[in-house]
Amino acid sequence: MPALTATLCNDPEETADLLVPCGRPIRRARLTTLVLAQLAASVWFAQAWITYFLPDQGDFGRAPEFAIASAVLAAALTAAGLASLWHEGIAQRVRHFSPWLLASGLFVAAWEALTAKTGILPLPFFPPPHGLLEVYADDYARLLESVIASLRLELLGFAFGAFFGFLIGVGLGWSRSFGYWVHPVMRFIGPLPSIAWLPIAFFVFPSSFSASIFLIGLTTGFPVAVLTWSGVSSVNSAYYDVARTLGANPRFLILKVAIPAALPHVFVGLFMGLGASFAVLVTAEMMGVKAGLGFYLQWAQGWGAYANMYAALAVMALMCSGLITLLFKIRGRVLSYQKEEVKW
Amino acid sequence: MVAAPAYQDPAPAAAAKLLDFGGVSHAFRLEEHPLPVLEDITFQVEPGEFLGLLGPSGCGKSTLLRLVAGLEPPLRGEIRWGADPIQGPDPSRVVVFQDPTLYPWRRVWDNVALGLEAQGLLKTHRPRVDETLSLVGLSKFAKAYPHQLSGGMAQRVALARALVNDPELLILDEPLGKLDSLTRISMQGEIVRLWQKKGFTALLVTHDIEEALLMCTRVIVFSERPARIKADIAIDKAYPRHRDDPKLVALRREILGLLGLESTW
Repeated sequence: MPALTATLCNDPEETADLLVPCGRPIRRARLTTLVLAQLAASVWFAQAWITYFLPDQGDFGRAPEFAIASAVLAAALTAAGLASLWHEGIAQRVRHFSPWLLASGLFVAAWEALTAKTGILPLPFFPPPHGLLEVYADDYARLLESVIASLRLELLGFAFGAFFGFLIGVGLGWSRSFGYWVHPVMRFIGPLPSIAWLPIAFFVFPSSFSASIFLIGLTTGFPVAVLTWSGVSSVNSAYYDVARTLGANPRFLILKVAIPAALPHVFVGLFMGLGASFAVLVTAEMMGVKAGLGFYLQWAQGWGAYANMYAALAVMALMCSGLITLLFKIRGRVLSYQKEEVKW
Repeated sequence: MVAAPAYQDPAPAAAAKLLDFGGVSHAFRLEEHPLPVLEDITFQVEPGEFLGLLGPSGCGKSTLLRLVAGLEPPLRGEIRWGADPIQGPDPSRVVVFQDPTLYPWRRVWDNVALGLEAQGLLKTHRPRVDETLSLVGLSKFAKAYPHQLSGGMAQRVALARALVNDPELLILDEPLGKLDSLTRISMQGEIVRLWQKKGFTALLVTHDIEEALLMCTRVIVFSERPARIKADIAIDKAYPRHRDDPKLVALRREILGLLGLESTW
């Protein structure tokens, strides 16, 4: 395809993007892509074969469905690998994902072989991947209900903690007399792990739900308050001088100078608070709240339903990661004036 | 030329107020011991003057500007602005600092609009912002963020942020100190042009004798800290001036002598 390589080489930026030099190496890179894609595809075909044809030692359903899904993925990979010979966009994507698909195919195939097919990993404790698929297919309603309950508790607690933490942080950074009263209290209570409040909270609050909101709020609020405080007090004093000579009143200085200048710090606090609050969420659900993914985990363990535990754990990981992603998206939107920093 | 704005332009702030320093002294409190920075400074700035303040580094010139801006009260003495003593900041006296100190979270337009917004005038005076941006030649950068600007552009935005308030007194605290020499030369001319057009009184602190001679109608030379007035020199010379003008060269030598640097070239 001399025409194709020629057009690519006309655009120095694009060639730089691809990190491949002009001429023959591009074709070679595409051949490598093709080979890599076919390799990943064959691993997934093998995984489909293992799942479908080798007999199960336990009684997990959904093995045929899982095998079919693996085979479909493998077929799609084969097709994409071939298509990448002609289409650069597809080639780039295939090149990007193939190594991961290859590795995960190997992992799933080994998992399948070591659990349901050979029993090298003892069965009730180590369910096969299609055991997890079975949980998702048959118990999705209860899982979904648990996710919603967890999200509701987490978001309420986080919003509560972030709101008050932010206000306290601004107060500490701005007002000396506010600091006089609040700083010692915060120093005393803040570092205490919120979980330590759990036994007290569960009988002081009218419901375990409200107690958990308080605990999650406390966990979130502490880092948010400290970082907002540090953000407000580290604002360049020249920013205030500028605003004051232009006729700003104290209200303007807080709302339009101190707070926007402190926002990058505030987001670090929100990130730390969110991460810490997950631990409290799950603990609270395991200890007292009768809903949510933590409760589901506890319940599944009580029944010895190990597949359900792994399935719920994966959902929980997705949920937590999703919330962090959301926070980073909001941060990117709010702090869009900054140059790009860490990508989550 | 800019098209005539559609709104009623407020009468140009032809500065009519006298700036009057009466026995001003000031000191920093450093570990109990006060460190005197200004000692019994008395002079007057006529309306519409462009006054340069020269002196050795750290002699207290910038402190004097902070007092004029109303950011700090003087320890002794009084600074009168027109009939009233200065007791706090006021948008009729605006400072341009050595660093542009633009707010990084605001676009150029919103940075320029800062003063009007703080005074609650933005709704009725929006065209002023556009007009001032075009005055400093940055209309095309209205939507840019400060980190996207060069040093000279950022300082021009800072200048626009001051001028949009139509100040009667423009306080320039080494505004060109950190710019490269070419940008510096072009902005010296630009500031003089704006001063001639708007008619405000200007106070310029600078380390650069040549800059003061090119821009100012009068120069006050201060001593080492605590600053006292060493000389008060009128520069009676039409604009635009040339740096190799024999009269300016002679003045430059005289001022170098006053600063104890006569033996240098």
